[in-house]
Amino acid sequence: MGAVQRYPTEPLKCWQKAKELRLKYYRDYAEAHNRGALRYIGGAWNFDPVPKGLSGEVYSLTGEPYGASCAYNTEFSKRALEKAHAYGFAKDMCAYFRNYVGSVLLDEYVFGGPMPKPDFIWQSHICCTHSKWYENVSELEGGIPMYSVDIGAGASPPFSELPAHRIEYVAGQLLDGIEWLQKVTGKTFDDQKFLQATKYYMKSMYKWAKVCELNQAIPAPLGEKEMFSLYVLGTLERASKETSNFYDELYEEVKDRVKRGIVAIPNEQIRLMTDSQPPWPFLDMWRHFEKEYNAVSIGSLYTFSLEGGWEVREGRLLPKEPIDPGTTRESACRALVEYELYKPIYQSFYHADFKSQLMVMIAQQWKVDGVILHLNLGCEGSSTGVLENRLALQKAGYPVLMVEGSMADEAQIDRASTFRKIQLFMEQFSDKIKLVKAT
Amino acid sequence: MKVERARETKLKKFQEWYENRHQYQKDYKSRTGKKIVGYLCTYEPEELFYAADILPVRILGGHRATDAALSSAHIMSMYCPFCRDVLGQGLRGYYDYLDGLSIAQSCLHIRQAYFSWTIHKPVDWSYYLPMPHHVQNPKRAIPFLYEELKLMKKSIEDWTGRKITDDDLRRGIAILNRDRRAMKKAFEYSKLDVPKITGLERMYISTSSFFVDKEEHAKAVEETLQELEDRQMDRRTGVRLMTIGSEDDDTEFVKMVETIGATVVIDEHCTTTRYFWDEVDETIKDPLMAIAERYVRRTPCPTKDWPRRTRFDRVLQFARDWRVQGAIVIQQAFCDPHEADIPALRRFLEENDIPTYLLEFDVTVPVGQFKIRLEAFIEQITGLEGLF
Repeated sequence: MGAVQRYPTEPLKCWQKAKELRLKYYRDYAEAHNRGALRYIGGAWNFDPVPKGLSGEVYSLTGEPYGASCAYNTEFSKRALEKAHAYGFAKDMCAYFRNYVGSVLLDEYVFGGPMPKPDFIWQSHICCTHSKWYENVSELEGGIPMYSVDIGAGASPPFSELPAHRIEYVAGQLLDGIEWLQKVTGKTFDDQKFLQATKYYMKSMYKWAKVCELNQAIPAPLGEKEMFSLYVLGTLERASKETSNFYDELYEEVKDRVKRGIVAIPNEQIRLMTDSQPPWPFLDMWRHFEKEYNAVSIGSLYTFSLEGGWEVREGRLLPKEPIDPGTTRESACRALVEYELYKPIYQSFYHADFKSQLMVMIAQQWKVDGVILHLNLGCEGSSTGVLENRLALQKAGYPVLMVEGSMADEAQIDRASTFRKIQLFMEQFSDKIKLVKAT
Repeated sequence: MKVERARETKLKKFQEWYENRHQYQKDYKSRTGKKIVGYLCTYEPEELFYAADILPVRILGGHRATDAALSSAHIMSMYCPFCRDVLGQGLRGYYDYLDGLSIAQSCLHIRQAYFSWTIHKPVDWSYYLPMPHHVQNPKRAIPFLYEELKLMKKSIEDWTGRKITDDDLRRGIAILNRDRRAMKKAFEYSKLDVPKITGLERMYISTSSFFVDKEEHAKAVEETLQELEDRQMDRRTGVRLMTIGSEDDDTEFVKMVETIGATVVIDEHCTTTRYFWDEVDETIKDPLMAIAERYVRRTPCPTKDWPRRTRFDRVLQFARDWRVQGAIVIQQAFCDPHEADIPALRRFLEENDIPTYLLEFDVTVPVGQFKIRLEAFIEQITGLEGLF
């Protein structure tokens, strides 16, 4: 298959820009001290508008995308994972964490040179590994000051209504964190910079959701493999002007693609949906769908909402408009927290049934034919409820394939067996493929 | 070497309760007409249930691989054996007599067991308490938990149709504290040069407290204290060991350890000291606030022990007070919060001259293999003379 050109395709015009922004991010972090700037580490869900409120320049390194970059460099990753294991970290722990901590122990930055040492740690805590990751890094790096914000406050259904004290709990930690940041860095805190960064943060998330929404078009304007490279900018620094502007530009371009009928793959016949982080050393799986089965993956709950702002309205998943952060530090903290705690992927972390409802919504709204669930041995968080999701999707009438693997440990990926499973799974769509081919 | 068996003493009661938990709970229900709520983590504020005249019972593993296997369709195999074992028992129907099920937010794994249970075996009342993780920020965590406890109290009141007063809460606190104090006193008897209580007996005491009415349990422990005072142990203490780690109620393992020239004199698990060591301050005027304070300030589970590992201070204090010669670090397979602590914990203990040995536990334990490994560990500590 794959030979029939039914729809026009063209590369994304902003693709090169996305690559440049990503590389600049990692270079800026490594070179920050040369410019007298501060650098910090934290997770992809850290509240990055807050450190952006510090006076002077501050650059971050977010751990999960760094771990993904390691995983893509399989030679480096293998050495990092072995180093982490030799130190005593179990092989079933978060694969991003193990790549990261392995880099620290090797003292090698996957982008070249020694592993840059951060000035402080600014993290948030939702899964069991989040704060424990940086607690270990803090110790291994000789006692880096660490602050982490517990966001497990909105975890109780019903998710549609958050009592005020839940917002206050997280916002209060952010306010304490601002005091802590000033103390450990010796910098002053500029509320106006913080407010501006908060606006960028929410706009980046909103615009990414709008981009994903455009993928409801049939045929789809974006393939998920490309989306992985695009959502990653949100995991690096949602609160930067560059990221926010990039998503504006991307949105306009994808809207134009839909208008002109430009698509992701030239012969879309099957629409798939996935789940969880992809196995980064095995992204050729997505090309395999396209080339062998004329199948496009339109995205996933993960791809859409890890860095996307969504809400459920009248049973539909819709992009969530940014909230006005007000004019004070306190109001901005509350707005940030409210935007975060209502995020469906955050809430679905806590309840398998709710996650199933969201996945069925996506399957219906994006009109998918089948679902590939990545049973991710590298991330216990994104694997929460995945088997319940499988049952729910099947009950809703969607064929589901489970693919066991890892986002960032190549040794846990069985390529041959996965391709074989995919072949057997895709056979059920052969009638549809033939039907479309005959038209 | 003769091991004094639990059945020869008042301690027998705790073993009976441990082994016959379902029978006890069913009998309790028919005898008292009270509701029973199952819970899955020791952050559950049991005081609220006692205040409402409800019996809270913790659901521990049954250590049968066939039950845990029932979870395979619901929980991925890389989640810990404990959560799969717990869910398996629920799905099997062993707990069909429960009126409610609740969890206080702790780790992802047991949370998955809770949600799968409520999806496939719905109960009359279920409740997820968002227990805060940032317990090292009590300024924020205590007021937050206080508000959450109010919501939980109201939910229980709505369910039972009965208001819970402050006096009810004080009664609940007193019941829990009495049992905690009694258990701590019992654990003191293993501080002696010749411990008057074994690790296995202590495990039966603390784990049975999850399964039975705390007033009955406290009374039984208090009666046992009198017996312990006069007790003469007809066994050699051997190497004084400590066990540390995740959930652990593997009696077969402790029994084995105490037959190879060692006594487990103290432990740090959520089935033992981490569960009951800290009391609610009864001098705090608002009982709900006192409960919130206790659960935020208790010795934390590793999942809440950040950005500094405060739990290690308690571990070291136990090791010194009970004159521990070696520590067995027990890891439930795939338990990430503990796995994240283990390299630091082992280094910390060894820097404090306490040799460690790591063992990974599953639903069932390969006692024979572990015995050989632990004999070697004991030999490391004592030299050859310890074996004879």
